Amino acid sequence: MASYLASVGMEVHAELSTNSKMFCRCPVAFGGEPNTRVCPICLGLPGTLPKPNKAAVIAVLRTALALNCKIAMHSIFHRKNYFYPDLPKGYQVSQYEETNPIGYHGYLDVPMQDGTLHRVRIRRVHLEEDTGKLIHLPGGGSGVDYNRAGVPLMEVVTDFPPDITNPEQAKEYLATLRQILIYLGVCDGKMEEGSLRCEPNISVRKETDEKLGNKTELKNLNSFKSVSLGVAFEVRRQIATIEAGERVVQETRGWNEAKEASYSMRIKEAENDYRYFPDPDLVPMEFEEAFIEELRASLPELPHVKRERYQSSLGLSPYDAGVLTSEKELAAYFEETVAMGGDPKLVCNWMTGELAKLLNESGQSITETKIRPSHILDLLKLLSSGSINGKTAKSVFAESFQSGRLPSDLVAESGATQISDSGAIDAAVQKVLGAHPDIVAKYKSGQTNVIGFLVGQVMKETQGRANPPMVQQAVKSALET
Amino acid sequence: MSSHLESLVDLSAVDLGRKLRSKEVSCQEVTTAFLDRINAHDAKIGSFLALNQEECMSATKEAQQLIDSGEGGALCGVPIAVKDNISTKGLETTCASKILKGYIPPFDATVIKAVRRSGMPILGKTNMDEFAMGASTETSAYKIAHNPWDLERSPGGSSGGSAASVAARLAPISLGSDTGGSIRQPASLCGTVGFKPTYGRCSRYGLVAFASSLDQIGPFGRSVEDVAELAQVVTGYDPMDCTSRELGPISTKDLKNGSLKGTKVGIIKETLGEGTDGSVKSVFESAVSLLSQAGAQIEEVSIPSLNYGVTTYYIIAPAEASSNLARFDGIRYGPRSEGSGHVHMVEKTRAEGFGKEVKTRIMIGTYALSAGYYDAFYVRAQTVRAKMTQELNQAFSGFDVLISPTSPIPSFKLGSLMDDPLALKVLDFCTIPANMAGIPGISLNCGFTSGLPVGMQILAPQCQDEKLLQMAYCFEQTLPTILAWPDLG
Ligand SMILES: [Zn+2]
Repeated sequence: MASYLASVGMEVHAELSTNSKMFCRCPVAFGGEPNTRVCPICLGLPGTLPKPNKAAVIAVLRTALALNCKIAMHSIFHRKNYFYPDLPKGYQVSQYEETNPIGYHGYLDVPMQDGTLHRVRIRRVHLEEDTGKLIHLPGGGSGVDYNRAGVPLMEVVTDFPPDITNPEQAKEYLATLRQILIYLGVCDGKMEEGSLRCEPNISVRKETDEKLGNKTELKNLNSFKSVSLGVAFEVRRQIATIEAGERVVQETRGWNEAKEASYSMRIKEAENDYRYFPDPDLVPMEFEEAFIEELRASLPELPHVKRERYQSSLGLSPYDAGVLTSEKELAAYFEETVAMGGDPKLVCNWMTGELAKLLNESGQSITETKIRPSHILDLLKLLSSGSINGKTAKSVFAESFQSGRLPSDLVAESGATQISDSGAIDAAVQKVLGAHPDIVAKYKSGQTNVIGFLVGQVMKETQGRANPPMVQQAVKSALET
Repeated sequence: MSSHLESLVDLSAVDLGRKLRSKEVSCQEVTTAFLDRINAHDAKIGSFLALNQEECMSATKEAQQLIDSGEGGALCGVPIAVKDNISTKGLETTCASKILKGYIPPFDATVIKAVRRSGMPILGKTNMDEFAMGASTETSAYKIAHNPWDLERSPGGSSGGSAASVAARLAPISLGSDTGGSIRQPASLCGTVGFKPTYGRCSRYGLVAFASSLDQIGPFGRSVEDVAELAQVVTGYDPMDCTSRELGPISTKDLKNGSLKGTKVGIIKETLGEGTDGSVKSVFESAVSLLSQAGAQIEEVSIPSLNYGVTTYYIIAPAEASSNLARFDGIRYGPRSEGSGHVHMVEKTRAEGFGKEVKTRIMIGTYALSAGYYDAFYVRAQTVRAKMTQELNQAFSGFDVLISPTSPIPSFKLGSLMDDPLALKVLDFCTIPANMAGIPGISLNCGFTSGLPVGMQILAPQCQDEKLLQMAYCFEQTLPTILAWPDLG
């Protein structure tokens, strides 16, 4: 079999988390009874006119800047004309042409599993409006829900020829982009609710060929898993098609989640002529250089910059830095705890260890848990002062996680503080040695490794509260005298 | 009906307003007088598609309260007729199309809100060419409108009903819309004053779009002062229309403070060419000599790109219309034809709902925007439009206002031009440039030929609406006045 190369272009649609829709003041939300968030404007009633939502424009500008794009200082809206029941006006307000979209000619550096960065060029970041949704009615026939119609939608398209050449890159690109959108607060990134939608177009060609093969566009991918499975499936399918001596049909294909296979949707893209033209109901957007620079300066620290800083200035491992920056809220939590005086490595250990475990078990998120940065700091203080040992710390932390009470309060109440009083420890040691003369004899005969057993017994005797190094020391000196 | 009430319909809107404020008549009496006249005579004219009798009478009570509390403005209590492409909450708005039969808007156009706030009861919705596409009101899907001066002739269009109702004294004042001359041309053919403000001075919110970049709402009246007062009511910045200009309402403060002495008036040479009827030319020329005698400095000016106006217009307007009218699919409102599957249903709804002229223009516009033709048609048309705007601006550097006949011909026999689409389209030759350049234009009567009114168009630079109205007022004082409006028997 010949060797094949795959090319994957990514078209991502992100619903912007603005308060209101793109051209009217209807609220933006998920779900709800059909047609409860509509008005004459988003229903496209005759005579209505669009009134642009500035917050949406700013969200796209910020995204474009975060994706290293050039900004079109003069940018206009076009009408994309086609008929479909979910499209109230018979056209979608969108943006067209090479250098007109709010952002164009940018790039995104995607961190790969092997630690390298893979650069994916961005062709355009533009603003448009979402359509409604067709609903199949239980009694037969179709209805249309226009709640989603007019929600601001941002489209991010990768450049051509594609820089993405395999399913893993496709998945990581999407994950990195999603993370940035969430960091910027412009999209909630919920693929399962459709607020982030990805339509990859895939083609394969023989290694010896210059020209890209016919491409297929995949729709209905609603998770990261389906994106990588879908791309992988299409690559395999197309190679098999070519190997069988057939031609790959340029078409739109749907993804069947259950069968893990794509299927033809029988839509011939080439036949559509959208008759784009400048929307005469909207005036051009003109941006001032100073305004753009202000936006650029006010961008939050992006995940990759944060990751780098956690390693270089806070001394975290690449893995830990990756985990802590994977979610904006996690990073914020970490930074808040460190800012309050927590040692970065210790804070990281507790966050990625015990806290992560408890969150996972309870299904809570970092913003929901009763454990706040002050709880972590309190716990770290108890540990560093030697008031409790590591074992106690874990059980106190678990209790704190349940009740939300401060570890120091819990420890004071239960008397669970560490025993560092040498008199009390010595008494316990004598008791243990007296109870195990055989073990003591073994030690004296040279089997010094039995000391571990004796230390364990002392810890048991003190309900685990004794200071372990002191116990170790006390047992040793008692045996050798 | 007493003669006292009958004579109310002869008064100008401003005079009616004055009588209302001085309590010589009540709002109810005034509105009743017009409704009675409509009921008695509109069968002959066909200017109304829908009457608003009940709601109109209850609006007179609110108007009366405004007057009684001393808060009524110049037109408070004066009833108004509204073109059927302007959305009126609770009142059917069809654009004279079957595709909107029974459509009742759940909201008021911004201009309608202003009209209601000013205490102007709405008499009804006026007849028009379907979706404002036409120049004779003959493409209306419901009925033909007649010119009050000669019932066998057209009132012009597309705002034919709004013009005819004012000329026939069925309404003291009315609102229309102008995309390529749809206010000024019927005003000319009916002998009324018709004013198209600067693009953006009057909110388009609620005006059912024909060609968004050209459409503008404006008033009809029997005097410049009436039109200016209504313009003041309906203009001003509207945040709901982002193409609206951030300027206040058109002021009438200096309406009567102008003078013709030393005013530089340019006659647009291209509008007096072969296409313009000799009778129109001679009425226009005698009017010009009156202006000249009154002290205006009149010279000819050439604006060559005007010769491409009609062609350019018939690319840009249909292109925008093809997109604007895509929403009429029978899914959310309006009648729906049954079909198998949504594609068939939409096709059938549109095939049965739109008339021939509308379909023709949708096809022209769709073609002009199609891949492969876009640059040759739409882009080139925009280039010509920019050129025309530039030439007009250039002309204004030497003149205060530009004038021309409004229509190349006086009112024509109904049906006479329907089979000659080109002849009907060149009727807009003189009026199209104002829409292309977004400048204000007004038409007022300048005389008669064989008993038919002839209108003069005055154009001014962008946003100089006040100056234009001031000049129109001076012209009106100088030109012959219509002493007797048509008697409907
Ligand atoms: Zn809405």
